[in-house]
Amino acid sequence: MGFFRQALVITVKDLRAEIRTKEAINASFAFALVILVLFSFAFDPLEDTTRDISGGLLWIVFAFAGTLILNRSFARELPNDCLDALIAAPISGAALFLGKSVANYLLLLAVELVSLPVFGIFYNVRWTTQFWQLMLVLVLGTWGLTLIGTFCSALTVNIRLREVMLPMLTYPALVPVLMGSMQLTMTLMAGKPIGPDMVPWLKLLAGFDLVFTAASLVLVEIVLVG
Amino acid sequence: MSAVAIEGVWKFYGDYPALRDVRLEAERGACLALIGRNGAGKTTLLRVVAGFSRPGRGKVQIFGNEPRETETRRQMGFIGHGISVYDELSAFENLMLYAKLYNLPNPKKSAMEWLERTGLERVRNGLVREFSRGMRQRLAVARAFLHEPTVLLLDEPFTALDDKAITVLQKLLKEALAAGKTIVMSTHQLREALELATHVALLNRGQVAFHGPRTPEMVSDPGYVYARYGEG
Repeated sequence: MGFFRQALVITVKDLRAEIRTKEAINASFAFALVILVLFSFAFDPLEDTTRDISGGLLWIVFAFAGTLILNRSFARELPNDCLDALIAAPISGAALFLGKSVANYLLLLAVELVSLPVFGIFYNVRWTTQFWQLMLVLVLGTWGLTLIGTFCSALTVNIRLREVMLPMLTYPALVPVLMGSMQLTMTLMAGKPIGPDMVPWLKLLAGFDLVFTAASLVLVEIVLVG
Repeated sequence: MSAVAIEGVWKFYGDYPALRDVRLEAERGACLALIGRNGAGKTTLLRVVAGFSRPGRGKVQIFGNEPRETETRRQMGFIGHGISVYDELSAFENLMLYAKLYNLPNPKKSAMEWLERTGLERVRNGLVREFSRGMRQRLAVARAFLHEPTVLLLDEPFTALDDKAITVLQKLLKEALAAGKTIVMSTHQLREALELATHVALLNRGQVAFHGPRTPEMVSDPGYVYARYGEG
């Protein structure tokens, strides 16, 4: 079976399990909603400065809520020692990682897409003005977030304090992705398109995604087997 | 060429050597029973043989190849302490998942066949989380045998099994041995294990204290190996 078909089998398995239990997605969406509401109390939605920083707030919400999905990714394999069976199966660690990353990515995108209208209402932001460019930033930024989070989930899967360790490892590594995503989102939320001054941030996001996709696929076998 | 060759394997946890210069072999068609007290290193050794962790020193070969090679993994079946099936999926979905991962030519047919062989065909669409312990164990056995492995690595396979699951497993293991497959199993259930074993290895604090063919004395008195070669 080809590499991508193996990854697809893992993606389908993870999504099916998540759709049945809704453990991670419910928790993640509820958490995103709560933070959005709390932040709206802290910042006056009618002030211009709030709208200026709203893109940053949005990505902080995505990063926090995303951790709940990412933390479950490899932890889901622990209860019945399923990770052993996956490692024993004749599939590469890279296919396993890619399959899990794609499942996490779709779940995270779903949470983000549901959170966006809520965000628009609470922060009085017209987020649809530059809709397709915003989707591009979302797609690139979320893939970066997913990659780092899934990799760290694999890294911490056998650690007793993995819930603590995962954010500690993930957030510092996410700085470039979050910086790029925040800068671009803030511009788009202000109703401006991505101009030449913003293209370097877009390149940073795309470059980060490419480099970390390659690096994660190469390194994950060592992480899983040692 | 040995089916399983363990050559001078050391495994360290920090500075502690969990395995110390372990040398064992199992020929094609042999059943090697790994016995030893708790903490002797049986599970660690099986995990190294299965390729789940790498040895600090020494090497393991399955039919002359590294355990992590894709083709080697295709030949191995493993039953560990966990059942390695997903609670959120049905019995059929679990077996289909592994059948696809092992790239079996007809995943659906293989899954159905093993559900029948383990007596789970009537509950094939039931979620595993609704299964009794015995049913879950039988599904775990089906999962391990699904791809017709030539080397079976079993970590305390009879522990916590109900009577029906023990009967199913013993039948399958006897059939596997008759078909020339190789079994390496760690166990505390000496009576069941020694009935099947062709060879016995006693591990003591990470070292091989005894390795040899199973003898009639071992079958009649399961404590014989411990009494003769163990440390009290």
